[in-house]
Amino acid sequence: MSVVFDEKINQTLGDERLQLAIYTATARLMDKRKHALEGDNLPEYQELRDCAKALKKHTIDNLDHYLEQLESNVVAHGGKVVFCSDAAEVSDFVLKLAKERGARLIVKSKSMTTEEIDLNERLEHHNLEAVETDLGEYILQLAHERPYHIVAPALHKTRYQVADLFEEKLGVPNETVIEKQTMIARRVLREKFLAADIGISGANFLIADSGAVVLVENEGNARLSTSAPKIHIAVAGIEKLIPRARDLAVFLKLLGRSATGQPLTVYTSFLSGPRRGEEIDGPGEFYLVLLDNGRTKLLQDPGKRESLYCIRCGACLNHCPVYRKIGGHSFPWVYSGPIGAIITPQFMGLNHEPGLPFASSLCGACAEVCPVKIDIPKILLELRADITAAKERSGEGGMERMAFRAFAWIMRHPKVYEMAGRVASLLAPASSSGWLRKVPAIMNIPPVRAWLSQRDLPAPPQQSFRQQWRTRVPRTDSR
Amino acid sequence: MAKRVSLFVTCVVDQIFPKVGLAMADVVERAGFDIDFPEAQTCCGQPAFNSGYREDARQVALHFLDVFAKSEHVIVPSGSCTSMITHHFAEMFANDAANLARVRALEARVHEFSRFLIEVAKVEDVGARLDDVVTYHDSCHALRELKIKEGPRRLLSRVRGLELREMDAAEECCGFGGTFSVKFAEVSGGMARSKIDSIVRTGARTVVSIDSSCLMQLQGALSRAGLPVRTMHLAEVLANR
Repeated sequence: MSVVFDEKINQTLGDERLQLAIYTATARLMDKRKHALEGDNLPEYQELRDCAKALKKHTIDNLDHYLEQLESNVVAHGGKVVFCSDAAEVSDFVLKLAKERGARLIVKSKSMTTEEIDLNERLEHHNLEAVETDLGEYILQLAHERPYHIVAPALHKTRYQVADLFEEKLGVPNETVIEKQTMIARRVLREKFLAADIGISGANFLIADSGAVVLVENEGNARLSTSAPKIHIAVAGIEKLIPRARDLAVFLKLLGRSATGQPLTVYTSFLSGPRRGEEIDGPGEFYLVLLDNGRTKLLQDPGKRESLYCIRCGACLNHCPVYRKIGGHSFPWVYSGPIGAIITPQFMGLNHEPGLPFASSLCGACAEVCPVKIDIPKILLELRADITAAKERSGEGGMERMAFRAFAWIMRHPKVYEMAGRVASLLAPASSSGWLRKVPAIMNIPPVRAWLSQRDLPAPPQQSFRQQWRTRVPRTDSR
Repeated sequence: MAKRVSLFVTCVVDQIFPKVGLAMADVVERAGFDIDFPEAQTCCGQPAFNSGYREDARQVALHFLDVFAKSEHVIVPSGSCTSMITHHFAEMFANDAANLARVRALEARVHEFSRFLIEVAKVEDVGARLDDVVTYHDSCHALRELKIKEGPRRLLSRVRGLELREMDAAEECCGFGGTFSVKFAEVSGGMARSKIDSIVRTGARTVVSIDSSCLMQLQGALSRAGLPVRTMHLAEVLANR
């Protein structure tokens, strides 16, 4: 584990206000999801999950075919498709287009994919103003922070913090009523929408058979961002594809409910290409940027490929007891929580934060709520094996390596195993409660120290089970 | 003649909580089974597997397969160790047909203790008594990998004098997670304390589970906090009269 990871975790654990904010927000999202899926509210829930997983598997297994189909349909509607292999290619494309069209101002709707490639920073570097228009994202842009959560980016901010932020950055009176804060943001952003030259969105789904981009949202800002400016650019990971428009029924039923407990989000937009002849609104130009950025690497690994099925609902974050303690900003990349823990090492490399796949109790709550049934614990275990193997190759982690080799050897030699247990019980001090708060220096090795930093340690018994078994008299009393 | 069953007590119970193994033996014997304890048994290998050392875990698994090759039934006082054997052994031998066949032959005969009572022994009332208010902790691997949820509660409902009070976070992880508990000690400790808050809110005096490692985590944190709540393995409750 890196020092930075460790420090961020401890900062979050030590911040009582933050702990309460994370706990309350995730608990609310868990409750809402539960209510939306329970009993008669969606009796076909499990079948939908199976169906969604099968659809995603089919699409990812045949990605080349569906990408081609999508491209030809987008082009047929008058749009253009741009394939980009990394962040630089996306920003180069946007910058070139902005320059050609004389664009200065860009409005953006919420998109994890553009967060992933730091698009705002790259555009600002070239004196383009990119304004986030989702309320949570706007707050974070003012605060110069990354999203805390895939779905609720400003989940960690209280309304009092937002009041202070608006006062400082926008020069408005300190306003702590959430509805009034929304009105302040709305006033500022409305001007931006009207003046913007380009709108950039992400995509929740890309539909191959109709060449459409589907966006789900609650604020209406995505619809405005994609229809008010003359140019719309949608930036999407290639894994967002689904084959047919009719498949959306499966995913839309799952996405809103899993994310926020909503049967449907307030707005669901189907965007296919620029405004056509007789239409009175919509952008004049439409570009679909399809981003790889490491995704095709995952296609080569059948064991972990299902990481690409994710529809970014955030349910695994809300239900993860580790996320609920360490929060979103402890994670080393924009994607946090269990899904972040499996895609970060795969997109960014195992060394990006080698401790990440180990930061899990493997409780499985994530897989239990995943609407596309990604087996996150299984992938975490595979990543742990990959990291351990990589360390071995590079000659790191020698102590742990030796400890587990010794463990395996002892466990294949029952007599040595029994002797090791006897030695431990001889070394341990007596304890009337059976629980130790400290141990003698000889036992105070790092794992024991770490255990004792949080909890008492059980005192080894006088005799192990196997020792007691040898003198045990069978129970003859029946029930 | 009574049916013969083998105990796999797990390394945690053998070395740290022997009374749990003895209690399990009492309950299973009273249910009419003859017991053997293959002395060469040690561990299922999960610590190495979960830490990414698959070859080491495989070695320990091979030892397990040797030790229990002839057992008709193997009973385990842990959902987590049972799941290691019945869910993860096969993954480790995916490219080793001969040993995979041995895993497949054995895994159907390995039973978590509460499931053994209900599904194999077909007994729910074992004649136990415990005058106490208890709450039940669903251990993660039992709940989510083995789908054990109602069984232990049914067994508890037949214990005389016992009142079961459900906690709001029954299905929430205790934070143990094997080496996670020491690699991320502060996070693990924080998870234990959240769980304890939920336990204390029930007013129960005892927390029951079918996994001793969860109980080690919870009792360690309860003891550190000086709270008057004890932990008991389900086997200990069912052995009590």
